Amino acid sequence: MKYAVDENGFYGKFGGAYIPEMLYPNVEELRQNYLKIMQEPDFQAELQMLLKDYVGRPTPLYFAKRLSEKYNTNIYLKREDLNHTGAHKINNTVGQVLMAKRLGKKRIIAETGAGQHGVATATVCALMDLECIVYMGEVDIERQAPNVARMKMLGATVVPATSGSKTLKDATNEAIRDWINNPEDTYYIIGSVVGPHPYPDMVARFQSVISEEMMAQLSEKTGRDYPDYVVACVGGGSNAAGAFYHYLDRPEVKLVAVEAAGLGIDSGESAATSVLGKEGIIHGSRTLLMQTEDGQVTEPYSISAGLDYPGVGPMHAHLFESKRAIFKNITDEEALQAVLELTRLEGIIPALESAHALAALGRIGAGPDEVVVVNLSGRGDKDLATYLDRFQLNGK
Amino acid sequence: MENRINTLFSEKQQGLLSVYFTAGYPNLNDTVDIILELEKNGVDLIEVGMPFSDPLADGPTIQQSSDIAIRNGMTIPKLFEQLKDIRQKTQIPLILMGYLNPVMQYGVERFCRKCSEVGIDGIILPDLPLADYVREYKQLFEENNLSKVFLVTPQTPEQRIREIDSHTNGFVYMVSSASTTGSTNGKAVVNTDYFGRVAGMKLRNPGMIGFGIHDNHTFTQACNHARGAIIGSAFIKALAQEGSLQQNIASFIQRIRN
Repeated sequence: MKYAVDENGFYGKFGGAYIPEMLYPNVEELRQNYLKIMQEPDFQAELQMLLKDYVGRPTPLYFAKRLSEKYNTNIYLKREDLNHTGAHKINNTVGQVLMAKRLGKKRIIAETGAGQHGVATATVCALMDLECIVYMGEVDIERQAPNVARMKMLGATVVPATSGSKTLKDATNEAIRDWINNPEDTYYIIGSVVGPHPYPDMVARFQSVISEEMMAQLSEKTGRDYPDYVVACVGGGSNAAGAFYHYLDRPEVKLVAVEAAGLGIDSGESAATSVLGKEGIIHGSRTLLMQTEDGQVTEPYSISAGLDYPGVGPMHAHLFESKRAIFKNITDEEALQAVLELTRLEGIIPALESAHALAALGRIGAGPDEVVVVNLSGRGDKDLATYLDRFQLNGK
Repeated sequence: MENRINTLFSEKQQGLLSVYFTAGYPNLNDTVDIILELEKNGVDLIEVGMPFSDPLADGPTIQQSSDIAIRNGMTIPKLFEQLKDIRQKTQIPLILMGYLNPVMQYGVERFCRKCSEVGIDGIILPDLPLADYVREYKQLFEENNLSKVFLVTPQTPEQRIREIDSHTNGFVYMVSSASTTGSTNGKAVVNTDYFGRVAGMKLRNPGMIGFGIHDNHTFTQACNHARGAIIGSAFIKALAQEGSLQQNIASFIQRIRN
């Protein structure tokens, strides 16, 4: 596995665990145990049962006929939006909550951007009867109100992050501070392939079910177990990590990572880390990071709360630097157009995050005989207020 | 090679007071004045904070002072410029404290040389892991006569405390309780089991207790269990009060000492 994490927690030069000593015992405990626990037969049995009967896996791989006609290629949508709670995030939270239980933890904390990870965490905590605290940027609480309501309904405490740009980065800072203050009983369910090792690897493994299913489904539908392209959006990069995972060492598959350009790369209001970032340290990991010349983290911007993050997981930083993945970026406006396009062509309302991946379809140059899988990471219910407003569908 | 930190600990046995402040706060050019005032008021050691946008180990007070300092225009080059003649004015031991990313962007090697040039004695970078330090930077720090101070917490296993002790040469920074800086949740400082455990280990380095020390009571308690104590957030709050820098610093240090 050329692109897998090495024994020191690095992907090439990216990764590692740059954490204050206060977090060391917890992260070290996890590092020493996560692979062992994930391989235990009763852990796997419980995980597989929950993925199947609770989450609703496998998710369909849907041939999008009208979308394919439009782009003159063969487009399949991996329907992560059909998971329980409406996004791929629950693949990871089901896995990590079982991990937390095996480690004897009683209190769960999480950060969330769009609220999908927060909802997925609150959901598994309700299921497992665990206390749940979700940190969410004040700005995101405002723009993703339906998910805040769902978290509250599920019994979670939603704590607003009020520092910085009041979005995902700041929510993550607050979650890490909570963990520092509660070192004994608390487990931090990180929602993306970010953070100190072993989180990026563990989250990627829990999300890898996406590409595992894709292989079997493509075999059945196309006669071969791989597509020519896999397209996924990247904020921290968890759905992309899952969709790429089993194809990382198969160079015949082009991996397309789509970042949020916000108002445009040169606008100063963007979250396209691969273009605007350079090597640095954020949230315990050495990765690509949007920052000033003096090493202060830059406030990112995207209409999509889930992509509004100034870094990218270390695995993706490595895929970018090694040129294994192709990185594209999509503006707010292009993403919104892609929302409308999928909705009207296929009757599927995508999340704003996933719409960034869809918007890249016109940019990858896939031919009429080629096969493209777009990871449709989440559904658009949470974004309806934005859509109605932007498409002027409010009122009579 | 001895530096000013080692000399301090060999000359003064107990009740050492170390004070942290964020460079560039409350005003960009207060750095040297604050250092000189602290020395005048009998502080033994000073930690100068290099502000960072995302200080994970810090509570709200230091986060806020860091934000203001950054907005005031504080950067690492600016700080070195302010400190360039500091050794003509004072011989108090000086430690720079901050996070790894800004130092990385400045260049770790360049940073260490510059520290040595202006007369810095020690460095604290909470998010630089011990293993990385030993592998990549230890030699560089030692060549520049810089003590790399590491934190230990109540949860740090004995074996790791010993490992940290073996790789450092200034003091061991004992975090009083599991917390970010500035926490006064009452757990702070009374953790005598942990202090006793560390004292019993007979480390080669002296210990200083920090996090949550904010008044004479907590300072005295900490001094009963270590060579001295470190105050940060409480001092930042004192700087924010009305009145001159001189008055605020003098009355704060007096409150701590008596």
